[in-house]
Amino acid sequence: MTARRRDAVAGYLFVAPQLLGWAAFVGWPIVAVVWYSLHSWNVLAGTFDWAGLANYKQLAHDPALGAVLRATLFFSVGLVVLNLALALLLAVLLNQRLRGTALFRTIFFSPVVVSLVAWAIVSGTLLQGTGGINALLAKVGITGPNWLHEPGTALIAVIVTQTIKNVGLNMVLFLAALQGVPEDLYEAAALDGASRWRTFWRITFPLITPTVLLTSIITVVGSLQVFAPIQVLTAGGPGNSTNVLVYDLYKQGFVAHDLSYASTLGVLLFAIVLVLTAIQWQMRKRWVVNE
Amino acid sequence: MSSRSADNNQKRADSRSRALSLPRWAKIALYVVMTVLAIPFLFPTWWMVTASLSPANDIYSRSPKLFPTHPLWSDYKQVFELQPFAHQYLNSLYIAALVTVGTMAVSALSGYAFARIRFPGADALFFVVLTGMLVPAEVTIVPLFRMVQSLGLIDTHWPLIIIPIFGAPSVLGTFVMRQFFLALPAELEEAGRLDGLGRFGLFRSIALPLARPALAAVAIFTFLRTWDSYLEPLVYLSTKDKFTLPLALTQYTDAYGGNIWNIQLAATTLTVLPVLAVFIIAQRQFVAGLAQTGLKG
Repeated sequence: MTARRRDAVAGYLFVAPQLLGWAAFVGWPIVAVVWYSLHSWNVLAGTFDWAGLANYKQLAHDPALGAVLRATLFFSVGLVVLNLALALLLAVLLNQRLRGTALFRTIFFSPVVVSLVAWAIVSGTLLQGTGGINALLAKVGITGPNWLHEPGTALIAVIVTQTIKNVGLNMVLFLAALQGVPEDLYEAAALDGASRWRTFWRITFPLITPTVLLTSIITVVGSLQVFAPIQVLTAGGPGNSTNVLVYDLYKQGFVAHDLSYASTLGVLLFAIVLVLTAIQWQMRKRWVVNE
Repeated sequence: MSSRSADNNQKRADSRSRALSLPRWAKIALYVVMTVLAIPFLFPTWWMVTASLSPANDIYSRSPKLFPTHPLWSDYKQVFELQPFAHQYLNSLYIAALVTVGTMAVSALSGYAFARIRFPGADALFFVVLTGMLVPAEVTIVPLFRMVQSLGLIDTHWPLIIIPIFGAPSVLGTFVMRQFFLALPAELEEAGRLDGLGRFGLFRSIALPLARPALAAVAIFTFLRTWDSYLEPLVYLSTKDKFTLPLALTQYTDAYGGNIWNIQLAATTLTVLPVLAVFIIAQRQFVAGLAQTGLKG
């Protein structure tokens, strides 16, 4: 065997575990989820019959679908906007020449290492009608709502909880990007008498757009997968106000045991992720010049 | 350099740093803003610890105590009485450890091959593997559940160990390892080649020892993700003895299904504090390691 040939064999052997794993746990399940969605599946009776597009027709006429998609959209948009804005603000604050920023960085990052379910449980106790947050509000004379049990506030409460938990990740990515902006540019701007505000929007922000776009892709796709906080905090309620797509999928599949309908929702979720990724990929090509 | 030009340079440097540094009032304002912003990040953890040491009634009192006057340890005793909590803790630990080691092995091997070995179809195969990062776990959970069921592995730890090591979750690790090995100078391996090392030898004794920072990053995000994993244990497990921590935490409920908050918070504290402690000790590695997950949600 030639050295080249031997190298190629080694290459295939090295990637074999990953490739076989991909085939079994990614490739096959994607094919299967589409296949299941085209069947009518009764788990209890043990029947599995061809149903064509019946599940998709059911989906289109599902009276809850509007509410589910609305909750998903509001949650994702709310989370992305709040998360990115706060991450950028924190990164800019930490990027100032101040003593003690390392301590604040640790504080803002710390919820990232707290387990998601644990964070949701603690936030849940604080957000009860008689919980810590309303007790604090009462001290300044405000009567807080029962955050997790009112349709108007539940989704917002989950968004804020989830943002504080995860904003540290985007913050450190932004901070790294900010530290990559050459100091000379700031000096030049300062000597030209540009205000800090103007310097930020005219010089800093354009230079960090690649990071902003990358983090927005991650955050959008991540926001579509919010499951644990919903399950722990609201279980999709009240009504359908926090019943986002992944949560509905879980309930249909593993509470109502309608696996074929859950698969249909899975196909819908996958389609949404693919479309969003494609759109953002296009934006990245168009807007981001300097990479 | 004459003293005069040194003087001028000094002046210029002064005016430079004056232009960029902040006036005193601005510094104070920044500290105030950061301190206020820090409250929602710190308070939940503080509350978790103090509430877990308080009697149940205090959690709902109108004036929450910031320091428990008489720390109460009985909640912690109950954590272990209501559920096999020590057993569940051990489950979480050993599953996270196995998944971490397994992922490091799979990712290092394939990341190395995709970066440094030329074999037909390598780029196409890498692209195929990368698609794993795009697929939400919820999309594949139904088929995977069926697969696990038909293999008779429901209510065992097998799916929680094998699927993450070989399936979609390990792809991020492969990506990170490949990035690292791409940047490794080729000359380093030349010497080993002259010494007669084969591919595995080059990988084992030259590339891998240099890859410690990348391996550490993979280890940290894999461990935390497995430690946090909730949907999969919820779907695959059904007996309390087999539960992992996130699942166990949600099970401290009374006969009516209501949460027993004080005990739940004690169990939560036991889950969270060790990880927070390790984070504070090894902050730099944590931040660097987790920033890599920036590539995924």
